Amino acid sequence: MTPITSGALTISDGRLALATLLILVNVGLSALLRLGLGRTLLIASTRMVVQLLLVGSVLEWLFRQDNAPAILLLALVMAVIAGISAVQRTRRRFAGIYRNSLVSVIGSSALVTGLAIVAIIQPEPWFTPQYLIPLLGMVLGNTLNGISLGLDRLMEGLLSRREQVEAWLALGGSRWEACNSVVRDAIRIAMIPTINSMMVMGLVSLPGMMTGQILEGAAPAAAVRYQIVILFMISAATALGVFGVVLLGYRSLTSQDHQLRLDRLSSLRERP
Amino acid sequence: MGNDDTLLLQAQGLDRQLGPRWLWRDLALQLQPGDRLALVAPSGAGKTLLLRSLALLDPLQQGELFLRGRTPAAWGLPVWRSRLIYLAQRPVLFPGTVRDNLQAVFQLAVHQQRHWQPETLAGWLESLGRDETFLDLDAERLSGGEAQLLNLLRALQLDPDILLLDEPTASLDPASTAAVEDLLAGWLEAGDRACVITSHDGEQLRRFGNRRLELAV
Repeated sequence: MTPITSGALTISDGRLALATLLILVNVGLSALLRLGLGRTLLIASTRMVVQLLLVGSVLEWLFRQDNAPAILLLALVMAVIAGISAVQRTRRRFAGIYRNSLVSVIGSSALVTGLAIVAIIQPEPWFTPQYLIPLLGMVLGNTLNGISLGLDRLMEGLLSRREQVEAWLALGGSRWEACNSVVRDAIRIAMIPTINSMMVMGLVSLPGMMTGQILEGAAPAAAVRYQIVILFMISAATALGVFGVVLLGYRSLTSQDHQLRLDRLSSLRERP
Repeated sequence: MGNDDTLLLQAQGLDRQLGPRWLWRDLALQLQPGDRLALVAPSGAGKTLLLRSLALLDPLQQGELFLRGRTPAAWGLPVWRSRLIYLAQRPVLFPGTVRDNLQAVFQLAVHQQRHWQPETLAGWLESLGRDETFLDLDAERLSGGEAQLLNLLRALQLDPDILLLDEPTASLDPASTAAVEDLLAGWLEAGDRACVITSHDGEQLRRFGNRRLELAV
């Protein structure tokens, strides 16, 4: 397999195999401390390698396409996977949780990525997959974290503050008056990781996309500009996605009769 | 049966199933002004659930409710609950002082036309053997009994038609219990008002109640 264009040194199959030996550090530590993670580590690293190699081939094929519907379909599939994964990281379920997550992920990422592509980066044509797909992927990966955090905090917050919420309802509060502090907390907490990562960006962490561009031979100053754009995209999409999923969740877990409907919430057994 | 608007509260055909078990079926209940309905049932028979149902904090499985002849939907749920206030057995206190707790409820849209009434409150506090320093106490450090008093005052100041009292004096000593009963009796006489009360103290139910409703197991 040869990359389309590359300014970086190519990594041969043998050297790639050498890199996989690094996983032995994790496996060794797990065995030494009896963490019981050996099997999970092997599955995770195998999945990572297989998924990435597959994606590499798919992207090579995709970047040769100039077929807007096919590219948009792929974008949609990515967003659907992100929406489903966001829910799967949470510990509880309610009817409509997947729908809420999908609506929020697809809505926020489409809006933000669309705006960034059309107004800021302006590739020709607008659906050029080399721009659209990686940008969307980064937005989705971060929005997904925010959404699962926001959903989790909303559900746990309503459960732990159930008595307080119902006290407000019993005194004549509307469902919004009773729940808004829990809703706002969930949104705030879900946005904190994005804000924190912007704080230390470039000082503690050199973002992966920027590193990649620099390895490819891009001027650091140009790579930094892309990184700034992508960070603003990530924070806007995370904010919108979290806002959407938490508000939709609040509506799912309360009723139009201003009742708290935690009976709609079910918990999952702990999974590894 | 129609919806009689001389009745304060009318409930008919209420069913409630918890898992495979029916807590009650086709239950009817009426409250007239001045009624002090003692709800009598063994533990686990659903006293709290019945009070919560009347306040519509849980959805009604079956049946109809009317307050002064109007349905909950016609009142709007927040208004319904502002006229028929459910006091939970374990009071929920908000952060801040007792005064903060009492004033916080006036932020709710449904109570916008009501106002903080320091004079009325001072009278109630006096009848409960407290003075105004009670208002400055930190709500989160109140004893269980003091929390129950705060819970009661917070509801009374909203001038409801009906109080649904779930073990309102469970944490109070006998003297304070008597003071609360006197305060409630006076409040009930001062308007078209009624209350429903549960208690683990059968003596209190006989003493304070003037009607009984027994829930079968």
